[in-house]
Parts: sequence; structure tokens; C-alpha cells
Amino acid sequence: MAHTEQEILEGLGVIIEEIVGTEPSEVTPEKSFVDDLDIDSLSMVEIAVAAQDKFGVEIPDEQLKDLKTVQDVITFIQK
Amino acid sequence: MAKTDVVVTGLGATTPLGGDVATTWSALLDGRSGITSLPEEWHESLPVHFAGRIAQEPSEKLPKPRLRRLDRTQQFALIAAQEAWTDAGTPEVDPLRLGVVVSSGIGGILTILEQYDIFRERGWRRVSPFTVPMLMPNSPAAAISLEFTARAGSHVPVSACASSAEAIANGVDMIRSGRADVVIAGGTEAAIHPLNIASFASMRALSTRNDDPATASRPWDKDRDGFVMGEGAGIVILESAEHAAKRGARVYAHASGVGYTNDAYDIVQPDPEGAGQARAITQALTDADLTPADIVHVNAHATSTPAGDVGETRAIRSALGDSAADRVAVTSTKSMTGHLLGGAGAVESIATVLALHDGRIPPTINIQELDPDVAVDIVRDKPRDMPSGDVAAVNESFGFGGHNVALVFRRA
Repeated sequence: MAHTEQEILEGLGVIIEEIVGTEPSEVTPEKSFVDDLDIDSLSMVEIAVAAQDKFGVEIPDEQLKDLKTVQDVITFIQK
Repeated sequence: MAKTDVVVTGLGATTPLGGDVATTWSALLDGRSGITSLPEEWHESLPVHFAGRIAQEPSEKLPKPRLRRLDRTQQFALIAAQEAWTDAGTPEVDPLRLGVVVSSGIGGILTILEQYDIFRERGWRRVSPFTVPMLMPNSPAAAISLEFTARAGSHVPVSACASSAEAIANGVDMIRSGRADVVIAGGTEAAIHPLNIASFASMRALSTRNDDPATASRPWDKDRDGFVMGEGAGIVILESAEHAAKRGARVYAHASGVGYTNDAYDIVQPDPEGAGQARAITQALTDADLTPADIVHVNAHATSTPAGDVGETRAIRSALGDSAADRVAVTSTKSMTGHLLGGAGAVESIATVLALHDGRIPPTINIQELDPDVAVDIVRDKPRDMPSGDVAAVNESFGFGGHNVALVFRRA
């Protein structure tokens, strides 16, 4: 089942709040995980696994390192 | 050359009696038990249905995303360290002169067991990427080093139930050797889990007084039947007296002497003659440049096991000699907290330091009939006033593996 961009954004907001405590309103498409949201590589792994569970899309490790912004993840999941 | 004078300037604790030092200390003076029932669903599979669980859960003090990536030992240690640091007046210290010595007897075992369950049920991808930095025994020391930017070095002496006393001893040595001006020292334990209770129970080390948990921890009682598992952490701020004086810090006590020995007798049983324990006390006294006549109080290791408690009193008598041993006031605060394992030595050092500072010795509760072989004077049921003046006290901690640690604190 395809997810809308808005659904994915909101879902990521919930996941990121749970894992690193960032306010969901801070999680906007243009934000970089490392530079803007201050998310480290181990937390990124947790976020990716949680996103896989939520959206049913596997994110391979080799893809993960290329997903720099929230929009990158949204685009990947929509594909 | 004279040894560097090391002082205690801050205290922090989270224990079965309270979420901080003040509530823990007042409960100790009141003679209150912190032992409570374990979850109902554990009862059927275990012969022990109670433990000394933490009085205030870390979730009341640390935000949830933080808790997710910290083992419970780290959570306790950070909470206690924050309290101790604030209590010391948030010292301004060069990060290169700030050290950490914080132990755990068992390490991040709750993380290991939880993640193993996740691995078996859901596969490797669901195992937390923080598993390794949570389970490693140095994780509490590492978390504290990060939190307080301590760069002089972090150490983690592991000696079972002597671990956190050894950590304080190592912290004193670290300042004396000139490697640090301030050291955050102590220990933490969080091991209340059915497997760990089963493991201690299978060696017949735990009390099974399920009908009356609050009186189960009864050091020196004739009918004592084992120790009661506890959890929690204690942290002290150690500081060179010179550094403390320069910033006008309040001094609780001098950390004057340390002694470490090993029984090399048995992997778990203490030497019944207590020779190694006595040597640790003597060593600590010599290190402190004090004599048995200076000692007015001993906070004993006494865990409520048939094997250990009485032998320890013989060791105290043999180390101090009859005239000092006749007037020294001995107590076991484990009668109220249970046995915090790797957190015990630090929490009991805090009790020893506060006894000197406040002039009151907390009692040992639950002695209904004193074991006739007890060779010293036990403070029973009610706190006792401590003599005024320049006096000193000993805290003793022993651990499986034959470890004996004695710490001497002198009134400031």
C-alpha cells in the first residue's frame, strides 16, 4: 500500500521523537539528519529499522548512508 | 613525602530507600526497610519473592530518548553523579584534571538479557545498535566521563561486591598520584532479573524469608538465612584538599586511607579466620597514618549470610585490637537497603561519611536474637551518637573472588 508524503512525514516525526526526543514539528522535509536534527549513526540505524516496520519498506544498509535528509527517506519509501 | 590530602566534597545516591542522598540518609537513621515484593509473575519460578528495588525509577529523572540508550546501571550512575556534582557546588575543573572511577559488579546484564530475547524472537536487525555501549562494564564510567567532560582517565575496577569501594580507593590513589584534582567515584548495580535471582539462589546465598521480606536482611541475627538483592548507585566527589580549599568547597570528610587485599582462599567463601579482611583494615589505617584508637565506627560489609557476618566481626577485632574493638560501634546498613552488590561499597561509604559529618550512626535493624559469636558492639534498632572531635571510621567491602577493601574516612 502506498503512503502519501504527508503520512510518511508524520510517521517519521513520531519515530524520531520516540528515538531521539526531537519535537515532530522540527522534522520537516529539508532537514538533514546529521546536521540539522543532530542524529548520530547508531540512532539512524534504529530509525531505519522502525521505519521499515511502519511502512513495510526495507532500507538496505548501503542505501541508508545516502539518505541524508528527511525528504530522501520520504522519496525512498514512496519508490 | 607527605601524601596528598583527599577530601569528599559531594555525595549522590539512588537506592531502595530513596531517589537521593537526603531521603536515603533519613530512612537509614529511621531504621526503615527498603525491601519490597517482586512482580507476582516471577514468584512461581523463583524461591525468592522480594528484593531491594530502587525507590524512584530513573524515568522520573531522565527523558525517555535518553533512557533508551542507557543500561539501567548507567541510568542510576548518571542520576547519582548529577546529584553528587551539584552537591559539590558544580566544581570548575580543567577537563584534563577530572577523572572518573565508577564500577559495576555485574555490568549491563539487563541489556544483555533483554537484547538476547529480542534477537531470538525477532532477529538480528531488531537488536538495538546501542547494545554494546550499554552492556559493557565500563558503560557507566563512560557515560559519566561524557556527561561531565572528564578527560583525565576513566577506570572501572571490577571486584564483585567490593567493586565500588575499590573504585573510591582507586579514585583516592588517582588524586594522590597527581593524575587528577577531582574524581567522580563510586558504583552502580542493576541486576534484579529472574535469572540473576535464580543464580544467587542456586548457590543458596539469598534469604528465602518470603513471609516477611522487610525483616529478611538481618545481619548478625542468629537466624539469618542469606542476603537480599538490591539495586542502585552511589557516587562521591573526591577532590584534593588544596583544590577544594581554593574554591571554598564544603568538605564532608577526609578520604584518608585505603587498603586492598585478597584472601586467595575460595572463589566465594570468605576465609573464616578473616585474616585478609583484617589485613585490609590494617593497611588502610597505616595508609591513613592513624591508629586503631582513632576508629570509632565501622560500616561493615555484613550481608546477612550465615558464613560472612560473624567472621567479619572477628576480623575487626583482630585488626583493631581488643581495646579499640571494645568501643567501636559497628553497623550494617544492608539490613535496610539490601545488598547493592557493585553499588554497595559506594552507598555505604556515603553512610560512613555522613555518620562522621552528622555525628550519628545508623542502626542495624532486624536483629531479633544476636548471634552469640558476634565479637563487636553492634548498633541495633536506633541510631547512636558518635563521639565528637577528630575521629575516623572504616567502611568495609568484600567480594566474590576473595577481594577485601577497607576505606578509612576521617572527620573534617
